[in-house]
Amino acid sequence: MTRAGAWRLGLLAGFALALELATRTGAISHTILIPPSAMLARLAGIVAEGQLVDDIAFTLLSVLTAFALAVSTGFLAGIGIHALPRLRRALDPFFATYYAVPFFVFYPVMIAIFGLSKLPVIAIAYLFAVVAMIVNTLNGLDRIPRVLAKVARVHRLSWADAAWNVKLPAAAPNLFTGIKLAIAYAFIGTIASEFIMATSGLGYSIAYAYNNFDNRTMYALMLFVVALVGAINLGLYEWEKRLMKRRTGR
Amino acid sequence: MSQIHARLAGVTRVFPGSAGHGDVHALGPVDLDLARGEFFSVVGPSGCGKSTLLEVLAGLQTPTQGAAAFEDKPIGAETPEGVGVVFQEDSSFPWLTVWDNVAFGLKRTALSGAEIETRVRDALAFMGLKDFHKAFPAQLSGGMRQRVCIARTLVLRPRLILLDEPFGALDQQTRLLMGDELLRLWRETGATVLLITHALDEAAMLSTRVGVMSSRPGRFIDLVETGWPRDRDSRIVADPAFGAVTARLWSNLRGESLKAMGHA
Ligand SMILES: Nc1ncnc2c1ncn2[C@@H]1O[C@H](COP(=O)(O)OP(=O)(O)OP(=O)(O)O)[C@@H](O)[C@H]1O
Ligand SMILES: [Mg+2]
Repeated sequence: MTRAGAWRLGLLAGFALALELATRTGAISHTILIPPSAMLARLAGIVAEGQLVDDIAFTLLSVLTAFALAVSTGFLAGIGIHALPRLRRALDPFFATYYAVPFFVFYPVMIAIFGLSKLPVIAIAYLFAVVAMIVNTLNGLDRIPRVLAKVARVHRLSWADAAWNVKLPAAAPNLFTGIKLAIAYAFIGTIASEFIMATSGLGYSIAYAYNNFDNRTMYALMLFVVALVGAINLGLYEWEKRLMKRRTGR
Repeated sequence: MSQIHARLAGVTRVFPGSAGHGDVHALGPVDLDLARGEFFSVVGPSGCGKSTLLEVLAGLQTPTQGAAAFEDKPIGAETPEGVGVVFQEDSSFPWLTVWDNVAFGLKRTALSGAEIETRVRDALAFMGLKDFHKAFPAQLSGGMRQRVCIARTLVLRPRLILLDEPFGALDQQTRLLMGDELLRLWRETGATVLLITHALDEAAMLSTRVGVMSSRPGRFIDLVETGWPRDRDSRIVADPAFGAVTARLWSNLRGESLKAMGHA
């Protein structure tokens, strides 16, 4: 493990230990926070008993659907908009202000359109994620060095060959950023929507536990969400670092 | 087979102006006949249209007026088969290793895997990159990256090689040695070479003929035959005639360079 990695792990462990002590000694009341060990024990129980497996699967399926749709349509829309500079100039201000809109205010509209199913959740998560992918696809296409496009031409590459083997890899760093953001936004959009408009799923279960004063389950699920999202993003981060290391030599 | 390998006839390139700027007359009219197997260098002040001229020959830019031809066929909007180009800027692919960069074009030919491997290995040795075949461009110096790009073009054995200041990022010693290697390659393959350079000594040392361009819009104001033997190398710099050629190039270029800098 690297030095930074050891530090990171130490910090996390120290934080967990401090929480453990603070809750065990009563410095933090159990009505506010339960000890991390109790969260873990409850989480182990939930997993062992097979409870909530459906909820977890349900949520992950929604996240995955929204993510896959956002990345694929966002990428294609990015290519289309890039090819139409006029349309792009018209759309740019909307993209720039898009994330200033508090999306969740639209939930009644979504329910009116899709009914009470997982569709409104997926729709919000998708809308939340797709613009990040569009914007980063545009950035990536902008940054393809012109000279590399010329290299493709003097090698007489076909359109598809040039797109796949020159343009795509040249734009890859930005596309990767788009994918990373899309997955984060898909998670946020899904779990937050489940709080307010779902009848199952992780977000719903956390809200349900909260409403029933089941602190242990609530915290166990929160821990699960944080650990899951953290693990996915750390994995992506490491992968990106390895890819970029070759390209930048650092 | 015609002795004229590539030809520019009355080639002019005007870039349409954008809002607030008028048209940019970048080049010409230029007439040029490149003889088969000649080593032709172009020198000229910065911004005079040298790269534009090269891109017209490469089929990357269409002349506003006039016509370009390669092996008696008009050059259209795509690069003719048999033409290889090394660009002024670093054009290595940062996501490929040195080996894969050099093999990039070869993999798109019908050559066998063994033949590709031989050619890439030879080119890497030739360019002094043997120990770096697994490296990525970011791990190399600017000069080494440019050599990767040269190798990527040479392995395809083009019949017309267009080089846009390929040694710009190299130090003087490496530049002279690379010049020797280029001469050796030129002799061995019999290719026609068009080299753009800002180094007058390089142009004088390598070329059969040197074209001196005026400030923008670039035209040829002098064509200097060097008269060197075919099996020359960088030691030609000691020849008294070398000084005379360089001096003639500079006397032509000095006034144009002053103009290009706005001093005339
Ligand atoms: N795509 C373009 N659009 C508009 N103007 C251009 C374009 N490409 C080149 N020019 C202009 O044409 C002129 C000639 O450019 P070119 O790159 O051919 O010069 P050069 O002789 O290669 O210069 P250098 O020695 O600096 O490489 C310059 O004034 C440049 O600004
Ligand atoms: Mg140039």
